[in-house]
Amino acid sequence: MVPVLLILIPLLGGLASFFIKNEKAVRSWVLFASLVTLSISIFGLTIFNSSGYLQHQCQWLQSLGASFSVKLDGMGQLLCLLNAIAYPVVILATWKSSYTRSHNFFGLMLLAQAGMMGVFLSMDALLFYFFWELALIPMYFLCSQWGGERRIAVTFKFFIYTFIGSLLMLIGILFVYSRTEAHTFSIASFYDAVLSDKEQFLVFWLFFAAFAIKMPIFPFHTWQPDTYEQAPTATTMILSGVMVKMGVFGLIRWLLPVVPMASFQLGNYVTTFAIIGMIYASLIAIQQNDLKRLVAYSSIAHIGLMCAAVFSENSSGMQGTMIQMFNHGINIIGLWIVVEIIERQFGTRKISDLGGLAQKAPVMAILLVIVALANIALPLTNAFAGEFLMFNGLFNSLGSKYSLWFTVSAGISIILAAVYTLNMIRKVFYGNTNTLTEAVTDVAITEKIALGIIVLLIFIFGVYPQALIDLTEKISVYILGEASLLPKVRTH
Amino acid sequence: MNALILSALLGVIMMFSGILLKDKKSIRGIAIAGMLLLLVMNVLEICGTVFFKVNTEGLMVFDRYALLFNTIAYLSTLIYLLLSAKDMEKVGVNYAEYFTLIFFILCGITLTSSFKSLLILFLGIEIISIPLYILTGSDKRNLKSNEASLKYFLLGAFSTGLMLMGIALIYGATGTFNTNFINLYYESPSALLIAGMLLLLFSMSFKVSAAPFHFWTPDVYDGAPTVFTSFMATIVKAAVFIAFIRLFDEAFGSLHARWQLFAGIITVATLFIGNITAVFQQSVKRMLAYSSIAQAGFMMLSLYSLNTDAKEGLLLYTAAYSFATIGIFAVLIKMNDYTFDGFNGFAKKQPLLAATTTIFLLSLAGIPLTAGFLSKFFMLKAALAGGGNLWLVIFAVLMAAVSVYYYFRVIQAMYFKDGEGAFIQASPFFKATLVVLAALIILLGIYPELLFYWIYF
Repeated sequence: MVPVLLILIPLLGGLASFFIKNEKAVRSWVLFASLVTLSISIFGLTIFNSSGYLQHQCQWLQSLGASFSVKLDGMGQLLCLLNAIAYPVVILATWKSSYTRSHNFFGLMLLAQAGMMGVFLSMDALLFYFFWELALIPMYFLCSQWGGERRIAVTFKFFIYTFIGSLLMLIGILFVYSRTEAHTFSIASFYDAVLSDKEQFLVFWLFFAAFAIKMPIFPFHTWQPDTYEQAPTATTMILSGVMVKMGVFGLIRWLLPVVPMASFQLGNYVTTFAIIGMIYASLIAIQQNDLKRLVAYSSIAHIGLMCAAVFSENSSGMQGTMIQMFNHGINIIGLWIVVEIIERQFGTRKISDLGGLAQKAPVMAILLVIVALANIALPLTNAFAGEFLMFNGLFNSLGSKYSLWFTVSAGISIILAAVYTLNMIRKVFYGNTNTLTEAVTDVAITEKIALGIIVLLIFIFGVYPQALIDLTEKISVYILGEASLLPKVRTH
Repeated sequence: MNALILSALLGVIMMFSGILLKDKKSIRGIAIAGMLLLLVMNVLEICGTVFFKVNTEGLMVFDRYALLFNTIAYLSTLIYLLLSAKDMEKVGVNYAEYFTLIFFILCGITLTSSFKSLLILFLGIEIISIPLYILTGSDKRNLKSNEASLKYFLLGAFSTGLMLMGIALIYGATGTFNTNFINLYYESPSALLIAGMLLLLFSMSFKVSAAPFHFWTPDVYDGAPTVFTSFMATIVKAAVFIAFIRLFDEAFGSLHARWQLFAGIITVATLFIGNITAVFQQSVKRMLAYSSIAQAGFMMLSLYSLNTDAKEGLLLYTAAYSFATIGIFAVLIKMNDYTFDGFNGFAKKQPLLAATTTIFLLSLAGIPLTAGFLSKFFMLKAALAGGGNLWLVIFAVLMAAVSVYYYFRVIQAMYFKDGEGAFIQASPFFKATLVVLAALIILLGIYPELLFYWIYF
């Protein structure tokens, strides 16, 4: 029941908001709908936390062997929670931004939320593909309609990139399907599908194309900075906070357990590219003068680490990734909120034009510093636990001969992250004010609430990460069990 | 059988109505009522009520597949008439005759979908083609229309010649026109049979505008009056495809391994040429002509794989493709400017029409939740089921990604580009029909069993 509601409420809420023409009304309606979704997500973690409530299956496309099967497990809980938290925060943070034809804007936003919920919940490959695409279509419209100057071309590039990726994944899904015993799309039959070594490599690349583009992993990342820069900020927050997690999520749920042998063998290559991407993105981030692009490149670096940790294939790396998916989402939304406030006040995102904001807007400065420190994973902030586990996993990876080198080079990118993040804080918030920043006003109440929630979450999960670790323990053991080579070898 | 006789009768009735009635509205009324009757008669036949009992053994067989396709074709035609019948007035003065020709074409479609003998196939194709030549040239004072008609006629006649030649060779090799009997000659097929089969493959490829036999398509579709392009590019093409797969399944199914490579090459060429050329078009009408070639490439996959999935999927494909293309054309007909820029700012002026057009375009591009996705899905699934055709499938998918480029250009123009927004007259009825059509596409996209149920129930 809970997973169905998680999909249905944003879906219906989104459809309804197309008909509310008043901007204020539609904003309140969307906030209300997203709060309902959030409370259901929280109920799913607390009161209704039993398997009877957490899964649902009904018939759909029976002749094909597909069914509408959704289930909340630990990883799903975490990501749905992230998705559910992100929306009210984003709506509050952008309360002041005005959109033309706002009913369409908010309607599409909620539809995207429904799509992403579906991705995190699907236990059927075809259903997964449906939602995977459905999350993308509203994003396409959102970015091309309400984005910046170069929005149409940039969004189109983004769309074509991801569309090619998902079509290749579709072939992969069809291929595995044709090899399943019962000819069904259910996740269990996908995990049990017997593929030869050659077929595993093939399926690996077909699936990986979709996930690598979505995350994005170097060298498939070129759509990302442009899209983040051009998209309306509220959409960027969702894109980078929640949507890119779909890629990492896909790796964990649909790649490792389905083609364990190929994942094991190709893990080194993927990790290499992920780490090249981390360092590369961090170096570019240091050079950026545009706040949005800086955050975008920093996101590539963080996602790269998650990807590398997934392929370390041990429980520490796996759990760290799951936790970090959640925490990174929270942190990056926080960063975007600050960027949004700055851009709205000064009409510029150029770091060189800003300076001395801390004198005039102390609250904003304090909140930003906290978010920024979380972004570089300082202990006692939420990202620390996840990053520590991921590094631990990467270092102890049994499958790779190069784990030490991977860990060291990934570690360098963390240092680089500190460089660009702290540099950004220094240039934007400290130093002398200039004519532009003289007239700054501190954050408004809605933004304060939004950033307050973010900071609260940063501290809660920084001090008490055990909650997240407990939540993800079972599922990571399960995934690793399915991804383990041992039982599969026996079935051959 | 019901529909076959009724459609011929209706053609005659429409011919006389042109003489007896001067009022265009009542002519249109009769045509639409007749179409509705035709649809009902056909559905009755599916349910087992046959009014005309004629022994057609060895010539035609009205099986579920044929009847179901007829239903799709008639339903599409009904929707087409509801949307665009009024716009036919603009073409010329012979209003009633246009309907006459359309009913005759439907008669031909009924023949091609249910043939058992090559003769009936030939008859059907000719009954479809000849009225089409006339419809293409119906805009008499337009040079482009005349050119298109002549081109179509000459090339069409040529391919018909090829087809007849093929049929003659096959008859020479096997001594029969009946597809089931031809299929028995698989053990050591003579050169005559193979040659005849290839000639049929080529001439049918011509009729469905598969590359490299597609050269007539863009010019003819572009030159013909847009109302008739809509009909030609959708219902007629779908019908010929059904005939195509029936022929090669029933008559040459046992020789599948021998012609599969040819089908594969045609598929790849069609997908490539259709999609790549469509990218460079400046006129939406011409883009749709190339898109119809591209979609034919996808439908060719069903011929390539030739299994149950392929045949079922083709039915869904014809429905999805016809519905979506008819919808887009219905809007396009009402525009004055056929270029992409003509659609600039369309969403602001006509939000509902823009929204439905978007759904049609998404369906053509194969985005999930639309019938277009599932139909492509079936084609890919069918092609993969054979095994070893992975590269063909990957190629098809990449081409589908290319198709997004030109379909989305229309969406971009409608929603994201600034412009005046063309003023078009759209009655509430027109809008309602489009909404129903869009709903139908989404319904089929979520629940295709609605259609497949009828094949087997």
